Amino acid sequence: MLQQKLPELVCPAGSLPALKAAIDHGADTVYFGYKNDTNARNFAGLNFDQKAMVEGIQYAHARGRQVLMAINTFPQPGRETDWHRAVDGAADLGVDAVILADVGLLDYASKRHPSLRLHLSVQGSATSYEAVNFAHREFGIRRAVLPRVLTLAQVELVIKNTPIEIEVFGFGSLCVMNEGRCWLSSYATGESPNTVGACSPAKFVKWEKAPGQMNTRLNGILIDRHNDKEPAGYPTLCKGRFEVNGSTYYALEEPTSLNVLEMLPEIVKIGVSAIKVEGRQRSPAYVAQVTRTLRAALDELGRDIDHFKVKPAWQAELGKVAEGTQITLGAYNRPWR
Amino acid sequence: MFENRFKSLTIPRFTLPGFVATVGNKLPQWPHALALTAGLNAVVKMKLLAEDSLNLLEGRTFLIDVLDTGGRAAFTFRNSLFRPLFTAPETPDLAFRANLSAFLQLAARQEDPDTLFFNRELSIEGDTELGLIVKNMLDAMEWPSFPSMPAFRH
Repeated sequence: MLQQKLPELVCPAGSLPALKAAIDHGADTVYFGYKNDTNARNFAGLNFDQKAMVEGIQYAHARGRQVLMAINTFPQPGRETDWHRAVDGAADLGVDAVILADVGLLDYASKRHPSLRLHLSVQGSATSYEAVNFAHREFGIRRAVLPRVLTLAQVELVIKNTPIEIEVFGFGSLCVMNEGRCWLSSYATGESPNTVGACSPAKFVKWEKAPGQMNTRLNGILIDRHNDKEPAGYPTLCKGRFEVNGSTYYALEEPTSLNVLEMLPEIVKIGVSAIKVEGRQRSPAYVAQVTRTLRAALDELGRDIDHFKVKPAWQAELGKVAEGTQITLGAYNRPWR
Repeated sequence: MFENRFKSLTIPRFTLPGFVATVGNKLPQWPHALALTAGLNAVVKMKLLAEDSLNLLEGRTFLIDVLDTGGRAAFTFRNSLFRPLFTAPETPDLAFRANLSAFLQLAARQEDPDTLFFNRELSIEGDTELGLIVKNMLDAMEWPSFPSMPAFRH
């Protein structure tokens, strides 16, 4: 039997059908955001209006699950009230917690809504226990989502030195792992997740087909070129191929998705409280596929952690939906310090 | 739910033999557009699509290109209705190209469009943001439970 509780499975919802898919396939918690730039998946036509939020929360709560609201972009000068209103709205809706990145907004939320549970977003970029504990001491945050730049040993160090819950990413598209501090999208387009809630916004993206190849342009800049059979990724600068010292390759990050199935037992043993799935921009089909796979893996692990074996069918399911059809353990097993 | 009714039915990945497209290319294309727009308009009438997203489609031209059947459907959205275009525009505002199996997998919500894109089974050309609007609008659509659908009402 397992000593500690299984981590909570936190799944993405960009629409009401996606939220229901997550709940129906075994998510403990879902997270969503408003249809505006107060969250980092501010894509055309995505996310929830008030009516869908009310229905989504009812759907989750009726089944004993939780709902988190991401308000994880940085308030823009002169428009702070838009972000304050989003926090007020979340409190009124009765979400189980809000996920915030900006210290000013954390301050507002903690003073205005003392009973509202606060989580520190990955965009808050807290990579050390000092940073996590600062946000706990100053704003009373109850959980922090760690950026995907830490090794497993570093995650453990944070957990050992903080009284609050730690959430880590378990599956999803991997970026250059510099969440909350990345300006690559702004460099190419003038817009970034922190400022407008979208990395490499679609209006700047062009896929040009030519016989036998596809060119990907971001704001006119050629960032990648694929032949017809080569797997592709999202059109972001960090996943482009560049000529460096005479060779052209993925110089920053390959198109790939993080997948922690292989190290799930270690993640549980070090005391991670929650495992997050990336992908609010994706369809209900993806949410269902990833949620049911991780649910099956976590349940299996809960039965006997010492004999846990990753099933090939799980890896196949996750590999298929992965960006660039590639998966990686990311920073978790890198030797760096 | 629509998806649940088809849960036992999994659409495999397949490619039709080349001659199908050769023949399909020679057939008139307007029946495809007519059938597709009729279906889309039924969904619009049932108010299953978000109005704010629909408004963004006004006057834009679309092309659905089924590569292995040689079937193409060109249409536009004007005054709250999808309308077939009997001559396909040279450069539509948005074109989706894929084999029949990929379109069926999308329609049944069996696969995610990003997955098909990563696997190079779906290509998107033209206005990428318009593509995102269409994709997210269809994703957010909730099929009503069957008794409330018009055909079941008495």
